[in-house]
Amino acid sequence: MDGIHDVGGMQGFGRVQPLTADPPFQHRWEGKAFAIGALAARIAGTNLPAFRHAIERVPPPEYLRGYWNRWTMGAQLMMEDSGIITDEQVRARAARLSGQDVAEPPDPEPHKPQMEITGPGNLRELDTAPAFAVGDRVRAAADVHPTGHTRLPRYVRGRTGTVAAMQPAAVFPDSAASFDGENPQHCYTVEFDSAELWGPDAEPFRLTIDLYEPYLEPAR
Amino acid sequence: MTTAQEPLDPALRVEALASLLAERGLIDEGTVSKFIATYEQSVGPMNGAKVVAKAWTDPEYRERLLADGTAAIGELGFKGPQGEHIVVLENTPQVHHVVVCTLCSCYPWPVLGLPPSWYKDPAYRSRVVREPRQVLREFGLELGESVEILVHDSSSEVRYLVLPERPAGTGGLTEEELAGLVTRDAMVGVAVVSAP
Repeated sequence: MDGIHDVGGMQGFGRVQPLTADPPFQHRWEGKAFAIGALAARIAGTNLPAFRHAIERVPPPEYLRGYWNRWTMGAQLMMEDSGIITDEQVRARAARLSGQDVAEPPDPEPHKPQMEITGPGNLRELDTAPAFAVGDRVRAAADVHPTGHTRLPRYVRGRTGTVAAMQPAAVFPDSAASFDGENPQHCYTVEFDSAELWGPDAEPFRLTIDLYEPYLEPAR
Repeated sequence: MTTAQEPLDPALRVEALASLLAERGLIDEGTVSKFIATYEQSVGPMNGAKVVAKAWTDPEYRERLLADGTAAIGELGFKGPQGEHIVVLENTPQVHHVVVCTLCSCYPWPVLGLPPSWYKDPAYRSRVVREPRQVLREFGLELGESVEILVHDSSSEVRYLVLPERPAGTGGLTEEELAGLVTRDAMVGVAVVSAP
Protein backbone atom coordinates (compact mmCIF):
# COMPACT_ATOMS: atom_id res chain seq x y z
CA MET A 1 0.00 0.00 0.00
CA ASP A 2 1.08 3.58 -0.53
CA GLY A 3 1.17 4.28 3.19
CA ILE A 4 2.95 6.45 5.69
CA HIS A 5 5.55 3.72 6.24
CA ASP A 6 6.99 4.13 2.73
CA VAL A 7 9.14 7.14 3.63
CA GLY A 8 12.14 6.67 1.32
CA GLY A 9 12.89 10.07 -0.23
CA MET A 10 10.08 11.93 1.53
CA GLN A 11 10.95 15.41 2.70
CA GLY A 12 10.04 17.37 5.78
CA PHE A 13 11.00 15.06 8.64
CA GLY A 14 13.79 17.36 9.74
CA ARG A 15 17.17 16.55 11.16
CA VAL A 16 18.18 13.02 12.03
CA GLN A 17 18.14 12.14 15.71
CA PRO A 18 21.52 12.22 17.44
CA LEU A 19 23.49 9.00 17.71
CA THR A 20 22.91 7.98 21.28
CA ALA A 21 23.78 4.76 23.04
CA ASP A 22 20.21 4.28 24.21
CA PRO A 23 19.29 0.82 25.54
CA PRO A 24 16.82 -1.32 23.55
CA PHE A 25 14.00 -0.33 25.91
CA GLN A 26 13.89 3.03 27.65
CA HIS A 27 10.90 2.00 29.75
CA ARG A 28 9.59 -1.33 30.96
CA TRP A 29 6.41 -0.96 28.85
CA GLU A 30 8.53 -0.79 25.68
CA GLY A 31 10.02 -4.19 26.47
CA LYS A 32 6.55 -5.54 27.10
CA ALA A 33 5.40 -4.03 23.79
CA PHE A 34 8.28 -5.76 22.03
CA ALA A 35 7.31 -9.14 23.50
CA ILE A 36 3.65 -8.71 22.57
CA GLY A 37 4.57 -7.83 18.98
CA ALA A 38 7.07 -10.67 18.75
CA LEU A 39 4.37 -13.14 19.87
CA ALA A 40 1.44 -11.54 18.05
CA ALA A 41 1.82 -13.37 14.72
CA ARG A 42 1.76 -16.74 16.48
CA ILE A 43 -1.22 -15.71 18.63
CA ALA A 44 -3.10 -14.41 15.58
CA GLY A 45 -2.19 -17.36 13.32
CA THR A 46 -0.44 -15.04 10.85
CA ASN A 47 3.17 -14.28 9.87
CA LEU A 48 5.86 -11.62 9.86
CA PRO A 49 4.87 -9.96 6.56
CA ALA A 50 1.31 -9.73 7.90
CA PHE A 51 2.68 -8.03 11.03
CA ARG A 52 4.65 -5.56 8.89
CA HIS A 53 1.50 -4.88 6.89
CA ALA A 54 -0.51 -4.35 10.07
CA ILE A 55 2.03 -1.72 11.19
CA GLU A 56 1.68 -0.06 7.78
CA ARG A 57 -2.07 0.18 8.34
CA VAL A 58 -1.73 2.04 11.63
CA PRO A 59 -3.23 5.50 10.93
CA PRO A 60 -0.48 8.01 10.05
CA PRO A 61 -0.80 10.21 13.17
CA GLU A 62 -0.43 7.13 15.37
CA TYR A 63 2.32 5.68 13.14
CA LEU A 64 4.34 8.85 13.65
CA ARG A 65 3.79 8.78 17.39
CA GLY A 66 6.81 6.59 17.94
CA TYR A 67 8.12 3.17 17.13
CA TRP A 68 6.77 1.18 20.06
CA ASN A 69 3.36 2.80 19.62
CA ARG A 70 3.07 1.73 15.98
CA TRP A 71 4.53 -1.67 16.82
CA THR A 72 1.92 -2.22 19.54
CA MET A 73 -0.95 -0.88 17.44
CA GLY A 74 0.11 -3.10 14.53
CA ALA A 75 0.13 -6.12 16.83
CA GLN A 76 -3.31 -5.18 18.12
CA LEU A 77 -4.68 -4.64 14.62
CA MET A 78 -3.44 -8.07 13.53
CA MET A 79 -5.05 -9.70 16.56
CA GLU A 80 -8.27 -7.78 15.88
CA ASP A 81 -8.27 -9.12 12.32
CA SER A 82 -7.97 -12.68 13.64
CA GLY A 83 -10.78 -12.24 16.13
CA ILE A 84 -8.51 -12.57 19.14
CA ILE A 85 -9.30 -9.19 20.62
CA THR A 86 -11.34 -6.05 19.91
CA ASP A 87 -10.39 -2.40 20.18
CA GLU A 88 -13.39 -1.94 22.49
CA GLN A 89 -11.91 -4.53 24.84
CA VAL A 90 -8.55 -2.81 24.86
CA ARG A 91 -10.13 0.57 25.55
CA ALA A 92 -12.35 -0.84 28.28
CA ARG A 93 -9.40 -2.57 29.93
CA ALA A 94 -7.33 0.61 29.67
CA ALA A 95 -10.16 2.53 31.33
CA ARG A 96 -10.41 -0.03 34.14
CA LEU A 97 -6.64 0.05 34.65
CA SER A 98 -7.04 3.82 34.99
CA GLY A 99 -9.58 3.33 37.76
CA GLN A 100 -12.81 3.77 35.80
CA ASP A 101 -15.65 1.36 36.35
CA VAL A 102 -16.64 0.39 32.80
CA ALA A 103 -18.13 -2.83 31.49
CA GLU A 104 -15.84 -5.24 29.62
CA PRO A 105 -17.09 -6.15 26.13
CA PRO A 106 -17.33 -9.87 25.24
CA ASP A 107 -14.58 -11.81 23.47
CA PRO A 108 -14.84 -11.86 19.66
CA GLU A 109 -15.14 -15.05 17.63
CA PRO A 110 -11.65 -16.16 16.54
CA HIS A 111 -11.12 -16.59 12.79
CA LYS A 112 -7.41 -17.01 12.45
CA PRO A 113 -6.12 -17.23 8.87
CA GLN A 114 -3.65 -19.98 9.93
CA MET A 115 -1.02 -18.76 7.53
CA GLU A 116 1.92 -19.05 9.85
CA ILE A 117 5.31 -19.37 8.22
CA THR A 118 6.56 -22.21 10.32
CA GLY A 119 9.16 -23.64 7.96
CA PRO A 120 12.86 -23.04 8.45
CA GLY A 121 12.64 -19.27 8.24
CA ASN A 122 11.66 -17.43 5.07
CA LEU A 123 14.28 -18.67 2.60
CA ARG A 124 13.23 -21.27 0.03
CA GLU A 125 14.81 -23.35 -2.73
CA LEU A 126 13.19 -22.75 -6.12
CA ASP A 127 13.13 -25.17 -9.05
CA THR A 128 12.52 -22.44 -11.60
CA ALA A 129 15.49 -20.58 -13.05
CA PRO A 130 15.86 -16.92 -12.14
CA ALA A 131 14.75 -14.54 -14.88
CA PHE A 132 17.71 -12.22 -14.40
CA ALA A 133 21.44 -12.52 -13.86
CA VAL A 134 24.11 -10.29 -12.34
CA GLY A 135 24.79 -7.41 -14.72
CA ASP A 136 21.31 -7.38 -16.27
CA ARG A 137 19.59 -4.05 -16.60
CA VAL A 138 16.18 -4.15 -14.92
CA ARG A 139 13.36 -1.72 -14.35
CA ALA A 140 11.24 -1.74 -11.22
CA ALA A 141 7.52 -1.89 -11.96
CA ALA A 142 6.23 1.62 -12.61
CA ASP A 143 2.48 1.79 -12.40
CA VAL A 144 1.83 -0.42 -9.43
CA HIS A 145 -0.10 0.75 -6.42
CA PRO A 146 -1.05 -2.42 -4.58
CA THR A 147 -3.53 -1.94 -1.79
CA GLY A 148 -1.94 -4.79 0.15
CA HIS A 149 1.60 -5.36 1.36
CA THR A 150 4.58 -4.83 -0.91
CA ARG A 151 8.31 -4.48 -0.45
CA LEU A 152 8.62 -2.33 -3.57
CA PRO A 153 8.91 1.22 -2.26
CA ARG A 154 7.61 4.15 -4.26
CA TYR A 155 10.99 5.77 -4.75
CA VAL A 156 12.34 2.98 -7.00
CA ARG A 157 9.17 2.31 -9.01
CA GLY A 158 9.77 2.90 -12.70
CA ARG A 159 13.52 3.36 -12.16
CA THR A 160 16.17 1.40 -14.04
CA GLY A 161 19.10 -0.26 -12.33
CA THR A 162 21.51 -3.16 -12.61
CA VAL A 163 21.38 -6.53 -10.89
CA ALA A 164 24.37 -6.45 -8.55
CA ALA A 165 23.89 -9.76 -6.74
CA MET A 166 21.56 -12.71 -6.44
CA GLN A 167 20.01 -13.32 -3.05
CA PRO A 168 18.36 -16.51 -1.81
CA ALA A 169 14.79 -17.04 -2.98
CA ALA A 170 12.28 -16.33 -0.24
CA VAL A 171 8.64 -16.38 0.72
CA PHE A 172 6.95 -13.57 -1.23
CA PRO A 173 5.87 -11.07 1.44
CA ASP A 174 3.07 -9.68 -0.74
CA SER A 175 1.42 -13.12 -0.86
CA ALA A 176 2.14 -14.17 2.71
CA ALA A 177 0.78 -10.94 4.18
CA SER A 178 -2.58 -11.50 2.47
CA PHE A 179 -2.59 -15.22 3.43
CA ASP A 180 -2.36 -16.31 -0.23
CA GLY A 181 0.40 -18.84 0.42
CA GLU A 182 4.18 -18.62 0.43
CA ASN A 183 4.56 -18.14 -3.34
CA PRO A 184 8.40 -18.04 -3.04
CA GLN A 185 10.28 -15.80 -5.47
CA HIS A 186 13.81 -15.12 -6.61
CA CYS A 187 15.33 -12.03 -5.07
CA TYR A 188 17.92 -9.66 -6.50
CA THR A 189 20.09 -6.90 -5.16
CA VAL A 190 19.54 -4.11 -7.67
CA GLU A 191 21.84 -1.13 -7.82
CA PHE A 192 20.65 2.32 -8.82
CA ASP A 193 22.55 5.49 -9.54
CA SER A 194 21.38 8.42 -7.44
CA ALA A 195 20.70 10.51 -10.55
CA GLU A 196 18.29 7.84 -11.80
CA LEU A 197 16.39 8.07 -8.53
CA TRP A 198 16.56 11.78 -7.76
CA GLY A 199 17.57 13.59 -10.94
CA PRO A 200 20.78 15.14 -12.21
CA ASP A 201 21.24 17.45 -9.23
CA ALA A 202 21.27 14.61 -6.71
CA GLU A 203 24.25 13.94 -4.48
CA PRO A 204 26.41 11.43 -6.36
CA PHE A 205 26.09 7.97 -4.76
CA ARG A 206 24.91 4.46 -5.50
CA LEU A 207 22.06 2.66 -3.80
CA THR A 208 21.17 -1.01 -3.63
CA ILE A 209 17.82 -2.48 -2.73
CA ASP A 210 16.67 -6.11 -2.65
CA LEU A 211 13.74 -6.70 -5.00
CA TYR A 212 11.67 -9.81 -5.66
CA GLU A 213 11.36 -11.01 -9.23
CA PRO A 214 7.69 -10.02 -9.74
CA TYR A 215 8.70 -6.39 -9.14
CA LEU A 216 11.15 -6.38 -12.06
CA GLU A 217 11.06 -6.26 -15.82
CA PRO A 218 13.93 -6.33 -18.34
CA ALA A 219 15.38 -2.97 -19.37
CA ARG A 220 18.08 -1.80 -21.71
CA MET B 1 -9.49 1.20 15.70
CA THR B 2 -12.35 1.56 13.25
CA THR B 3 -13.58 4.92 14.46
CA ALA B 4 -11.72 8.08 15.28
CA GLN B 5 -11.23 8.13 19.01
CA GLU B 6 -9.04 9.78 21.57
CA PRO B 7 -5.57 8.32 21.21
CA LEU B 8 -4.62 5.93 24.00
CA ASP B 9 -1.44 6.47 25.91
CA PRO B 10 0.97 3.89 24.41
CA ALA B 11 2.09 2.56 27.80
CA LEU B 12 -1.51 2.15 28.89
CA ARG B 13 -2.40 0.33 25.67
CA VAL B 14 0.45 -2.09 26.27
CA GLU B 15 -0.72 -2.73 29.83
CA ALA B 16 -4.29 -3.29 28.65
CA LEU B 17 -3.23 -5.66 25.88
CA ALA B 18 -0.84 -7.53 28.15
CA SER B 19 -3.49 -8.04 30.81
CA LEU B 20 -6.12 -9.20 28.27
CA LEU B 21 -3.72 -11.65 26.63
CA ALA B 22 -2.34 -12.94 29.92
CA GLU B 23 -5.84 -13.61 31.21
CA ARG B 24 -6.42 -15.96 28.30
CA GLY B 25 -3.06 -17.64 28.65
CA LEU B 26 -1.78 -16.19 25.36
CA ILE B 27 1.24 -14.53 26.97
CA ASP B 28 2.80 -14.88 30.38
CA GLU B 29 5.10 -12.78 32.49
CA GLY B 30 7.93 -15.30 32.24
CA THR B 31 8.01 -15.25 28.44
CA VAL B 32 7.81 -11.47 28.35
CA SER B 33 10.70 -11.17 30.81
CA LYS B 34 12.75 -13.63 28.77
CA PHE B 35 12.26 -11.58 25.58
CA ILE B 36 13.31 -8.44 27.38
CA ALA B 37 16.32 -10.02 29.07
CA THR B 38 17.53 -11.55 25.79
CA TYR B 39 17.74 -8.21 24.02
CA GLU B 40 18.89 -6.27 27.05
CA GLN B 41 21.69 -8.67 27.95
CA SER B 42 22.64 -11.35 25.42
CA VAL B 43 21.93 -10.00 21.94
CA GLY B 44 23.35 -6.63 21.04
CA PRO B 45 26.15 -4.78 19.23
CA MET B 46 28.77 -6.47 21.42
CA ASN B 47 28.15 -9.54 19.25
CA GLY B 48 28.80 -7.67 16.02
CA ALA B 49 31.88 -6.06 17.59
CA LYS B 50 33.35 -9.53 18.17
CA VAL B 51 32.73 -10.41 14.52
CA VAL B 52 34.46 -7.21 13.37
CA ALA B 53 37.44 -7.63 15.70
CA LYS B 54 37.93 -11.20 14.55
CA ALA B 55 37.79 -10.13 10.91
CA TRP B 56 40.43 -7.48 11.64
CA THR B 57 42.81 -9.95 13.23
CA ASP B 58 42.17 -13.16 11.29
CA PRO B 59 42.47 -12.74 7.49
CA GLU B 60 40.97 -16.14 6.78
CA TYR B 61 37.96 -15.36 8.93
CA ARG B 62 37.58 -12.04 7.12
CA GLU B 63 37.48 -13.87 3.80
CA ARG B 64 34.87 -16.31 5.05
CA LEU B 65 32.85 -13.45 6.51
CA LEU B 66 32.76 -11.54 3.23
CA ALA B 67 31.99 -14.70 1.23
CA ASP B 68 29.21 -16.02 3.50
CA GLY B 69 28.34 -13.67 6.33
CA THR B 70 25.66 -15.88 7.85
CA ALA B 71 27.97 -18.88 8.18
CA ALA B 72 30.97 -16.94 9.48
CA ILE B 73 28.82 -15.10 12.02
CA GLY B 74 27.30 -18.44 12.99
CA GLU B 75 30.79 -19.74 13.75
CA LEU B 76 30.82 -17.37 16.71
CA GLY B 77 27.43 -18.64 17.82
CA PHE B 78 25.39 -15.66 16.65
CA LYS B 79 22.16 -16.71 14.94
CA GLY B 80 18.45 -16.30 15.44
CA PRO B 81 15.55 -14.12 14.34
CA GLN B 82 16.34 -11.49 11.69
CA GLY B 83 19.64 -13.18 10.90
CA GLU B 84 18.62 -15.76 8.35
CA HIS B 85 20.84 -14.32 5.64
CA ILE B 86 23.43 -11.73 6.61
CA VAL B 87 25.61 -10.00 4.03
CA VAL B 88 28.73 -8.23 5.28
CA LEU B 89 29.81 -5.02 3.53
CA GLU B 90 33.44 -4.02 3.88
CA ASN B 91 34.26 -0.34 4.13
CA THR B 92 37.48 0.69 2.42
CA PRO B 93 39.28 4.00 1.85
CA GLN B 94 37.37 4.19 -1.46
CA VAL B 95 33.86 2.98 -0.58
CA HIS B 96 31.69 3.68 2.44
CA HIS B 97 28.61 1.52 3.02
CA VAL B 98 25.60 2.67 5.01
CA VAL B 99 22.49 0.61 5.79
CA VAL B 100 18.82 1.56 6.15
CA CYS B 101 15.36 0.03 5.96
CA THR B 102 13.06 2.64 4.42
CA LEU B 103 9.86 0.56 4.71
CA CYS B 104 10.16 -0.45 8.36
CA SER B 105 13.24 -1.02 10.50
CA CYS B 106 14.83 -4.29 9.33
CA TYR B 107 18.10 -4.79 11.17
CA PRO B 108 20.49 -7.74 11.78
CA TRP B 109 19.34 -8.63 15.30
CA PRO B 110 21.80 -11.48 16.05
CA VAL B 111 24.80 -9.18 15.62
CA LEU B 112 23.41 -5.75 16.53
CA GLY B 113 20.39 -6.42 18.74
CA LEU B 114 17.35 -4.20 18.36
CA PRO B 115 17.74 -0.99 16.36
CA PRO B 116 18.31 2.36 18.08
CA SER B 117 15.80 5.21 17.90
CA TRP B 118 17.51 7.16 15.15
CA TYR B 119 17.48 4.11 12.85
CA LYS B 120 13.71 3.68 13.23
CA ASP B 121 12.96 7.38 12.86
CA PRO B 122 11.41 8.61 9.59
CA ALA B 123 14.04 11.37 9.30
CA TYR B 124 16.85 8.83 8.86
CA ARG B 125 14.80 6.42 6.76
CA SER B 126 13.55 9.09 4.37
CA ARG B 127 16.76 11.04 3.94
CA VAL B 128 19.66 8.59 3.84
CA VAL B 129 18.46 7.19 0.49
CA ARG B 130 18.31 10.69 -0.96
CA GLU B 131 21.12 12.71 0.60
CA PRO B 132 23.41 10.28 2.43
CA ARG B 133 26.44 12.55 2.55
CA GLN B 134 24.41 15.28 4.20
CA VAL B 135 22.89 12.80 6.66
CA LEU B 136 26.30 11.42 7.59
CA ARG B 137 27.54 14.99 8.06
CA GLU B 138 24.66 15.65 10.47
CA PHE B 139 25.72 12.58 12.41
CA GLY B 140 29.22 14.04 12.58
CA LEU B 141 30.84 11.94 9.89
CA GLU B 142 32.55 14.02 7.20
CA LEU B 143 33.71 11.75 4.37
CA GLY B 144 36.28 12.87 1.83
CA GLU B 145 34.88 13.85 -1.55
CA SER B 146 36.75 10.95 -3.15
CA VAL B 147 34.99 8.39 -0.94
CA GLU B 148 32.08 6.82 -2.77
CA ILE B 149 28.92 6.22 -0.76
CA LEU B 150 26.90 3.05 -1.24
CA VAL B 151 23.51 3.00 0.50
CA HIS B 152 21.76 -0.34 1.15
CA ASP B 153 18.00 -0.42 1.63
CA SER B 154 17.11 -3.65 3.50
CA SER B 155 13.85 -4.41 1.76
CA SER B 156 13.92 -8.23 1.72
CA GLU B 157 14.97 -10.92 4.19
CA VAL B 158 18.64 -10.05 3.61
CA ARG B 159 20.25 -8.23 6.53
CA TYR B 160 23.40 -6.14 6.27
CA LEU B 161 26.34 -5.65 8.60
CA VAL B 162 29.06 -3.10 7.82
CA LEU B 163 32.64 -4.18 8.45
CA PRO B 164 34.26 -0.86 9.35
CA GLU B 165 37.87 -0.02 8.58
CA ARG B 166 40.33 -0.87 11.33
CA PRO B 167 41.69 2.40 12.70
CA ALA B 168 45.38 3.13 12.26
CA GLY B 169 47.58 2.77 15.30
CA THR B 170 45.78 -0.24 16.74
CA GLY B 171 48.38 -2.84 15.74
CA GLY B 172 49.26 -3.64 19.33
CA LEU B 173 45.70 -4.25 20.54
CA THR B 174 44.27 -7.69 21.23
CA GLU B 175 41.12 -8.93 19.54
CA GLU B 176 39.18 -8.25 22.72
CA GLU B 177 40.53 -4.71 23.00
CA LEU B 178 39.67 -4.09 19.36
CA ALA B 179 36.10 -5.32 19.93
CA GLY B 180 35.81 -2.71 22.64
CA LEU B 181 36.41 0.04 20.05
CA VAL B 182 33.73 -1.08 17.61
CA THR B 183 30.43 0.78 17.89
CA ARG B 184 26.93 -0.06 16.74
CA ASP B 185 26.89 3.12 14.65
CA ALA B 186 30.03 2.05 12.77
CA MET B 187 28.46 -1.33 11.98
CA VAL B 188 25.46 0.42 10.40
CA GLY B 189 27.79 2.75 8.54
CA VAL B 190 26.91 6.11 10.08
CA ALA B 191 30.21 6.39 11.93
CA VAL B 192 33.79 5.14 11.69
CA VAL B 193 35.83 3.42 14.38
CA SER B 194 38.43 5.58 16.11
CA ALA B 195 41.65 4.52 17.78
CA PRO B 196 41.59 4.86 21.59
